Amino acid sequence: MSKTVTKTTRTIKVDYLARVEGEGALYVKLRGDRVEDVKLKIFEPPRLFEAFLRGRHFMEAPDITARICGICPIAYQMSAIHAIERALGVSVPPAIRALRRLFYCGEWIESHALHVFLLHAPDFLGYEDALQMARQNRAIVEQGLRLKKIGNHLVSVMGGREIHPVSACVGGFYRAPARQELQALKPDLEWALDAALATMRWTATLEYPDFEQDYEFVSLRHPEEYPLNEGRLVSNRGLDIEVNEFEDHFLEQHVKHSNALQCVLRERGSYMVGPPARVTLNFDLLPEVARQAAAECGFEVPCRNPFRSIQARALEMIFACWEALRLIREYEPPAQPRVEVEPRDGKGCAATEAPRGILYHRYSIAADGRILSARIVPPTSQNQRRMEDDLRALVPLLIAGPEDRLTWRCEQAVRNYDPCISCATHFLRLHLERN
Amino acid sequence: MLIIGCGHPDCGDDAAGLLVARRLRELGWRAVEASGEATGLMSCWEGETDVVLVDATLSGAPVGTIQVWDAGQAPLVRERFRCSTHGLGVAEAIELSRALGSLPPRLRVYGIEGRRFEAGASPSPEVLQAVEQVVRRIREEIPCMKQD
Repeated sequence: MSKTVTKTTRTIKVDYLARVEGEGALYVKLRGDRVEDVKLKIFEPPRLFEAFLRGRHFMEAPDITARICGICPIAYQMSAIHAIERALGVSVPPAIRALRRLFYCGEWIESHALHVFLLHAPDFLGYEDALQMARQNRAIVEQGLRLKKIGNHLVSVMGGREIHPVSACVGGFYRAPARQELQALKPDLEWALDAALATMRWTATLEYPDFEQDYEFVSLRHPEEYPLNEGRLVSNRGLDIEVNEFEDHFLEQHVKHSNALQCVLRERGSYMVGPPARVTLNFDLLPEVARQAAAECGFEVPCRNPFRSIQARALEMIFACWEALRLIREYEPPAQPRVEVEPRDGKGCAATEAPRGILYHRYSIAADGRILSARIVPPTSQNQRRMEDDLRALVPLLIAGPEDRLTWRCEQAVRNYDPCISCATHFLRLHLERN
Repeated sequence: MLIIGCGHPDCGDDAAGLLVARRLRELGWRAVEASGEATGLMSCWEGETDVVLVDATLSGAPVGTIQVWDAGQAPLVRERFRCSTHGLGVAEAIELSRALGSLPPRLRVYGIEGRRFEAGASPSPEVLQAVEQVVRRIREEIPCMKQD
């Protein structure tokens, strides 16, 4: 961190943002008590994977896009698969649809456990990082690691391996798990459900800053189920569109200070995606066990305090464990793990709910199956403008206090979003500038 | 013994660790590939007693430079491994394991200095040479430890 003070201006720079996936920097410029400028700076070259996809066969897209992010490969696979299936006019049977939901639950459990326990918890418990927390509060780290491992295991059973899973494909799965394989996961998932409930209760004991914002929340909304792979795009301010209208309503903008594109709602500006948006817009679709836990913990929607995103994540961990158990209980292996897919020319798009929010993919495919163009809008580029707006509102409230507390709160305000900067910009480039 | 190769297959020199793991696996060694995310690494080495981890580094050394650390002796310098896209990477995995008492009794880290990490890039020639050198060194240093 560095600060520059002149008679009238003060600048706060955090050159390395700890505990976010990837690497970014934060720049806040103050004039007196007024925030003059806020920039969340990202140094990475954008959009390389979109170029990388051009000319490749559509069947390669799920595996290529899965490598964009080590934390949410399933989200990339699911968005790619659904978009390509729409381009090719493919529909899959209910058993495959259910398996995809189960696959996604594994990713939500592992990603949320990582963020809640190892990246976000230190902010609330006063530790510098997970390492210091492990030395002084071993139990909480072990709880997080065990939950994450259970999510990883579900992904590896479904996906063939934990890292860059390979079994999901356009049309279904290369291999569907046997009933016994999934049944064997039940004891761990039952423990995970109890642990997620305990996590929710624990988040109720944390202290949250008094900070609320009037967000436009955006998420998928399905008529019957908490959204993962399907639904309309809705907001609390009247947005209610099909996913194929995404680009009519949302605009990606280049900003000078960041290599990542920032996505805004046309004529409305920033908006929030991710757990607080999902629970706000879909609270009625959460299972009773999750809604009851929220009530017991005094968690209410709309979730306008971004620091309470840790509670929204805990709530979604309860959902993901409960939903995984339900899907395993009802699982009947599909007659065929995938439907046959014939290449044809077409265009298709899809949005699914990655752990951090909506992940939009669009593909244009040639008659021989080659990808002509690809567009990927990850959740972090959608939240980036909103993060800057949060900082603009937060800094004036803290300006009278000590500098280190102001800086720490600003960093925490970015971590509230669990930003995956490597997703937003597609690869990390090391930034070693030090002040 | 377990060999863990970390990195990204499509991002230029970041593939260095994966290439070492693949080469050693072809030669009959027990070798796995990992993204480098900390908790995934901790799962990989859980219960292992002797581990060799290979990853790309970005420390400012000439490209292709090979560096070796004994994780049991001292913490790794986090900045060297910041070419990982993960908030918690190799260095954090080692220190978390140390704090929780789950660090393998023997864990050595080979770093191969990279230069280009863009998606779609090929590994640098110097890195490919270093991959072969690391494979050779591991085989020479631990000739009797070949595992199926």
